[in-house]
Amino acid sequence: MHIPDGFLDPKIWVGASVVSAGALATAVSKTRKVLEDRQVPALGVMGAFIFAAQMINFPVAGGTSGHLLGGALAAILLGPWSAGLILTTVLVIQMLFFYDGGLTALGANVLNMAVIAPWVAYGTYRLVGGLFKGNAGRTAATFLAAWLSVMAAALACSLEIAFSGTVPLAVVLPAMLGWHALIGIGEGLITVVVVSFVSRLWGLEQFGQKSYAGGEQL
Amino acid sequence: MNRKNLIWGLLVALAIAAFLSPFASPSPDGLERVAEDKGFLHLAEGKELIHALMPDYVFPGIASEGLATSLAGLVGTLLVFGAMYLVSLVFVRPKGNAGKGRS
Repeated sequence: MHIPDGFLDPKIWVGASVVSAGALATAVSKTRKVLEDRQVPALGVMGAFIFAAQMINFPVAGGTSGHLLGGALAAILLGPWSAGLILTTVLVIQMLFFYDGGLTALGANVLNMAVIAPWVAYGTYRLVGGLFKGNAGRTAATFLAAWLSVMAAALACSLEIAFSGTVPLAVVLPAMLGWHALIGIGEGLITVVVVSFVSRLWGLEQFGQKSYAGGEQL
Repeated sequence: MNRKNLIWGLLVALAIAAFLSPFASPSPDGLERVAEDKGFLHLAEGKELIHALMPDYVFPGIASEGLATSLAGLVGTLLVFGAMYLVSLVFVRPKGNAGKGRS
């Protein structure tokens, strides 16, 4: 859901950019406290993986496709602050080199996919993961976190477009949430598979333990 | 996490970008589909503010579409890895701050 130039009016994209810049500055100062030198390459590898995975559009229904967003994946494996830095880097490279997402819309895209998506995922994961014990609970928490992160980003995207006066909210919101409810299922499945595989690899079996690679509390 | 896992992780990312990207669905994604259906996709036309090197994930000057996509994927994956690594070193772990983490 990379917003191109032309969909947002100045007050919306400037506002979103200010909020995103604040979130990023906080992310840098938070990760500075927990990230250790030896963990730095892990952020790069996660970014590389999310970029590559975002290229693989999967068909959802009737001539529409979706692709992994990765906010939940990064937030569940590395923590929400590291996830914000990673997703922002991916979005900047996509905008600069591939014209995926506009320059003026960058702040809004960062807000939706690098701030809202990871935090909704992280909050859901902590909340639901804490309710149930065991592997099944963690899998359910991961799936729900990933699905909700896509829905929340789609909701934010709809609001930005509607408040820009581009198209009424009553028109854009149901359409966006409808398609992304399906795309979110793909997000959930991919996130569950990758999280369970990497968790085993990194020994991240305990819910709520410190991330091996991001240094944040999960 | 050890170095070996990280190298494997990067190789997996590169393999996905190189071998799977040509098989990605060409259908519009969620937002693009909504913009098409609700008639506001034209607002984005001709609004490009920057000249991107590989628009639509196609490496320039390559006749084969699949190969051009693979190459764009490989370049992009390495660019993201490099940029993230640099950003982490410069902003998150600047010299003088090294080792002053929580540990």
